[in-house]
Amino acid sequence: MEDGIKPNPILISSHRQETASLWLLRLITLMTVLPILAVVIYIMVKGAPSISWEFITAFPRNGMREGGIWPAIVGTLYLTLGTAVFSVPLGIAAGIYLAEYAPENRWTRLIRIAIINLAGIPSVVYGLFGLGVFVLFLKFGTSILASCLTLSIMTLPTIISTTEEALRQVPYSFRAVSRSLGATHWQTTWRIVLPQAMPGVLTGVILGLERAAGETAPILFTGVSFFLPQLPQSVFDATMALPYHIFVISTSVPGMSVQIQYGTVLVLLFFVLGMNLLASLVRVRARAKRQW
Amino acid sequence: MDKIVIEHLNLKYQDGTESLRDVNLTIAANAITVLFGPAGGGKSSLLRVLNRLNDRSDVAALTGKVLLNGQNILDPEVNPVELRRKVGIVFSRPVPLPLTIYENVAYGLRLMGENRKDRLDQAVEQALREAVLWDEVYDRLHDPAIAISGGQQQRLCLARVLALGPEVIMLDEPTSALDPVSTSKIESLMQELKQRFTIIWVPHNVQQAARMADYAAFFLQGELVEFAAEKRLFVFPKDKRTEDYVEGKFG
Amino acid sequence: MLPTWVSCLFRPPNENDCMIEQTPRERPINLLVKASGYSSILFVILILFFLLREGLPAVASADLSSLFGTIWYPIEGYYGIWPLLFGSIIVTITAILIAIPLGIGTSLYISEVAPVWIKNILKPIIEILAGLPSVVLGFIGIQVAAPLLREGLNLPTGLSGLTGAILLAFIATPTVVSISEDALNTVPASYRQAALALGATRWQTLWNITLPAAKSGVLTAVMLGIGRAIGETMAVMMVTGNAPVMPHGLDAIFLPIRTMTATIASEMGEVATGSPHYQVLFFIGIILFLFSLTINVVASWVSTRGLKRSERSLS
Repeated sequence: MEDGIKPNPILISSHRQETASLWLLRLITLMTVLPILAVVIYIMVKGAPSISWEFITAFPRNGMREGGIWPAIVGTLYLTLGTAVFSVPLGIAAGIYLAEYAPENRWTRLIRIAIINLAGIPSVVYGLFGLGVFVLFLKFGTSILASCLTLSIMTLPTIISTTEEALRQVPYSFRAVSRSLGATHWQTTWRIVLPQAMPGVLTGVILGLERAAGETAPILFTGVSFFLPQLPQSVFDATMALPYHIFVISTSVPGMSVQIQYGTVLVLLFFVLGMNLLASLVRVRARAKRQW
Repeated sequence: MDKIVIEHLNLKYQDGTESLRDVNLTIAANAITVLFGPAGGGKSSLLRVLNRLNDRSDVAALTGKVLLNGQNILDPEVNPVELRRKVGIVFSRPVPLPLTIYENVAYGLRLMGENRKDRLDQAVEQALREAVLWDEVYDRLHDPAIAISGGQQQRLCLARVLALGPEVIMLDEPTSALDPVSTSKIESLMQELKQRFTIIWVPHNVQQAARMADYAAFFLQGELVEFAAEKRLFVFPKDKRTEDYVEGKFG
Repeated sequence: MLPTWVSCLFRPPNENDCMIEQTPRERPINLLVKASGYSSILFVILILFFLLREGLPAVASADLSSLFGTIWYPIEGYYGIWPLLFGSIIVTITAILIAIPLGIGTSLYISEVAPVWIKNILKPIIEILAGLPSVVLGFIGIQVAAPLLREGLNLPTGLSGLTGAILLAFIATPTVVSISEDALNTVPASYRQAALALGATRWQTLWNITLPAAKSGVLTAVMLGIGRAIGETMAVMMVTGNAPVMPHGLDAIFLPIRTMTATIASEMGEVATGSPHYQVLFFIGIILFLFSLTINVVASWVSTRGLKRSERSLS
């Protein structure tokens, strides 16, 4: 080797450190990601054999050990849709307020702090709150209504934050132009800004409801029952729900068939991952169609 | 005829910068009044006062009068939404709303509650013809407005203002993002339209100012330095600062 | 003094309240929007109020010495919350010790190392993890993780604090990843380019430049991860073995344990409304509420402070 191009020992050691460290990061990432994939695939493999028409559409029999999970599926649908009824309009309106109306003052800061806190409150505390307010104080009883209201407040922060973020991404110039053409504040928001932000808003709504669909703790003492012989008839009835059903059959039913357990988990997973996929599709489609 | 009379207009921002200092200016109807000068001179701020369109920074003080047809538009009684229909603005970058070509032009009318199709069709066609855009887009009115060229977009923005039936049209460096051909189209178009409207034009260079001006006002650091009819400002400026700017010594 | 509408004249729409341009017909809509905006404050107050209303009487009915004792045995009237508090703390600390390397490592890999196509695969996977219902993770904990741990570590039972902590780590990781990734993404590219131009390797750049620059955001991520872990209910309840006993040493993590959240969830269904036991469970709810309040307020303070500092250094 010629003079002056001898390998520099410091460079070699930093090169080794570089290689080792980057591999460490890759390894850590794999440790995070692989278990998730493994769990999802494992549930699919173990649960698939129990999926049948009867499993989806029949009531449970013999203390949940046989039959299907129809009332739990319907219950989760009811709870998710009921939650949407309250949280979607309220959450979107609050997001609009923060993005389009709110002045930068201490009241707005207080609203933001409140939202951050709502997002951080443990789900079981929401359950306590729902029990205290909706079940007992307002006397709704253990009911779909009480559960939906509880879940609504829990999903609000997700919907508000994503709505606000989606609205803020709409270019400011659209607002200026719209107002220069004689639009009022609301007209600008309703006709121009909100439609443009809709995909982002929708994504937030779906993600919020996805969380509501999978939650157990908030509905534990507000509206679920581990077995009901018939479907709920009104919003003041209790209901069965998939997450709670999984909890019960995996912890409190002796002699429970493992296959049915995996099957039930698979159905919930299908729900949740389906919503996740839907949110991604909305996002991808919107990005392709966006005009700015 | 005096369309707009500005008296002792002062505008100060909350960060302490002064944007307009004791501006007195009369803007004539059926003519193009050019406001020119280096950036930050207060031209855009003045336009935004004229249709009370918000700007980005906070206003600490706004005093003086702006009379439109003899009425002070800074009066709290004046509804800014109605004012903006009378005093339209075209921005420097063409910003088509994320709607179709047709709906862009119909937007202002729909805001006023006009939903009858025949009326809208007629108004859209008329505005597009006035903006000399009709022949280029009549067969694709329902395409997204973003699909047409930059020059066409800017004429669409103009059509959008024309559809409102304004009295005053303000153009804030309307050709700064356009190629020379599109620029000259807009320039000759405005020469036509001044027969019927009061036009306030902020050009993006001195040459354009000189080409377009029926009246010219030179702004420097928030001050109206010099105002004159015809092209006098570009040939015999009285003020040394005007002369330096026109001759390209700064700016 | 300036009339309000004048001072509002030159502000963008999101910065002024005083000059909402509206027609009379729009007034109710605008009021509704405003009320919705303020509703979050109302809900926080309502939650706190009802927790206090139902939980504070515990101080009298269960008496303080019992409440702060070390025995939780409600049937006999022992309402000592220390075992539950320690249960929560031990499990959370263990969980976060696992989640910090996993979460920050993954976010560093995603934002600094991974090529775009790998990013596009990794991010949806992390989102799936964030969306997995905790009852599903608890189920996997019972079916898979607990037996594995029992045999691997030769424990008397797999339903232990450690199993709970591992599940919690995976529940907290998506929170840590997404927030710390956001923080890393806000570090200006010029920092990295400058470091690389000076001959630093990629690792040196991210370890010495990027990560320190994103410090406050990463700290926020860890804190919110802690918040997520301490409030988690179903997964821990299903796998930690439900033993509300006072831990005696660090090896308690290998034994059955019970957290505050799990206690509420497993006992609230069976108590009589208004009984001391009921009130104590709400009292635990107050403690959890205050925990999350503190964590979130401090975290948002840390992140805004960090933001201000970075703005200063950039200007």
